[in-house]
Amino acid sequence: MLKDKTCIVGIGETGYCRKPGSGMTEERLQLKASVAALQDAGLSGAEIDGILAFPNVGKSEAFAANLGCENLRFAATIHMGGAAPLASLRMAAIAVATGAANHVLIPGGWNGYSGARVRQTVTTDKNSIPGGAIAWDYYLPQGLTVPPQWYALMARRHMYEYGTTHEQFGAVAVAMRKHAQLNPGALMCGKTLTMEQYMASPMLADPYRINDCCLETDGAAAFIVTSVERARDLGKTPIYIMGAAAGQPYPADEITNRADFHQTGLTIAAPEAFRMAGIEPADADFAQIYDCFTFEVIQQIEEAGFCARGEGGPFVENGNIELGGNLPINTHGGLLSEAHSLGLGHIVEAVKQLRGDGGERQVKDAEIGVVTGWGDFGDGSIAILRR
Amino acid sequence: MSEYNKPLPGMDGLTREFYDFCKQEDLHFQRCSGCNTFRHVPREVCAKCNSFDWEWVRSSGVGTVYTWTVVERALHPAFVDDTPMAPVVVEMEEGVRLLANMLDCPPAELEIGMPVKIAYEAVTEEVTLPRFRRA
Repeated sequence: MLKDKTCIVGIGETGYCRKPGSGMTEERLQLKASVAALQDAGLSGAEIDGILAFPNVGKSEAFAANLGCENLRFAATIHMGGAAPLASLRMAAIAVATGAANHVLIPGGWNGYSGARVRQTVTTDKNSIPGGAIAWDYYLPQGLTVPPQWYALMARRHMYEYGTTHEQFGAVAVAMRKHAQLNPGALMCGKTLTMEQYMASPMLADPYRINDCCLETDGAAAFIVTSVERARDLGKTPIYIMGAAAGQPYPADEITNRADFHQTGLTIAAPEAFRMAGIEPADADFAQIYDCFTFEVIQQIEEAGFCARGEGGPFVENGNIELGGNLPINTHGGLLSEAHSLGLGHIVEAVKQLRGDGGERQVKDAEIGVVTGWGDFGDGSIAILRR
Repeated sequence: MSEYNKPLPGMDGLTREFYDFCKQEDLHFQRCSGCNTFRHVPREVCAKCNSFDWEWVRSSGVGTVYTWTVVERALHPAFVDDTPMAPVVVEMEEGVRLLANMLDCPPAELEIGMPVKIAYEAVTEEVTLPRFRRA
């Protein structure tokens, strides 16, 4: 059992931007976030003996050489796209709990705005995602070339089976945007969004409008996992990993032929994580849900068990997922309104909330938070954290 | 046809075999010889019984729309002039699902459950893509 054996002790971010771009290489961006995480934890690079680099944007050898990790003994990359950071958190917790490493660094970052866009990499590099070759052979020739078009197929079927509405998608977009107004680091801080504006937003891939889609941004973040004992010796409030799990839909490399069309990796991962933590979803004070697109928030709320399948639409209505609601979601603004931090921003925000460093957007008396990741064709990961 | 600038499937292995049947305007899916389960996309092994034995079996070519999207704004430059276009996922009579564009249905008339039949479009000398028409 991994419950309460390990902690997050350091977080770091570069800040996020679009035009004109970060002006840095993706390696330098991630190193800046990593050094910030080391400083936040009160650790030196030499103490990092485990590194889990994000797929396609970093290599553990380069991080170790730059940061002075002279004793690297645990290194891996988990190929789950935006689900990778939390799947890496789980792997780091396993490594630390079993003695395979003492301090594990998990960095990630990219020039998602000024560098190659996702729309380019997925159509030029078959290996940019698992399942890329199937997309290449069977989706791209039919004009389905990017994630919002692939995932729109899932969203449309959900609307048909459960009556989920455009307005419910809009409730997610509006909630994320409201939260961004309380986050000076959010790219959409100062740019409000009403339901009327959302509904007038141009259609991209029906049922997805422009405002259903996450931002494309430059920036990096990082965090560090260590043992409970070590965390208590360091300066900051230790954030305990109560539960963590990852999973894949079946089949993970092809969307259209799933027997259970609404299954995601979270369907498998969430029950394991909650069982490990010994809590129910309703015990969470907030959730940071990977919001690549609005419907994926609704889908993950359901598959994580915050409500039954089909009830995710009503769940997000009436301010229920806004600060002050029953389950505030993405208190930083998320990928939709803060920045596309590859999912690391969700983890960083959870740590800030549990430390009580949420500022204007602090969830009152936050003790337990849930974080999810989503990647590729629906890979899922989840962590349940407490202070 | 040599000017065709849109993405094409990688014409090798089982994918080439699938598209070569399309070129003959004859849709085929793999069927396991061990447990008779149909599968798509093509794979080496039956996921139900792990048998390596299978054969290509002619599809009836008919099915119903399982889900769809309408691409209003293409994010790939080669498709910009084709929007709006409506890729649909069709549940075929054999039980497998096939993704392809509708040729003859205005996006506003798309419905889940709509009966459709297979059609073909030869986009290059080598490649014919499957499409769908209303049944």
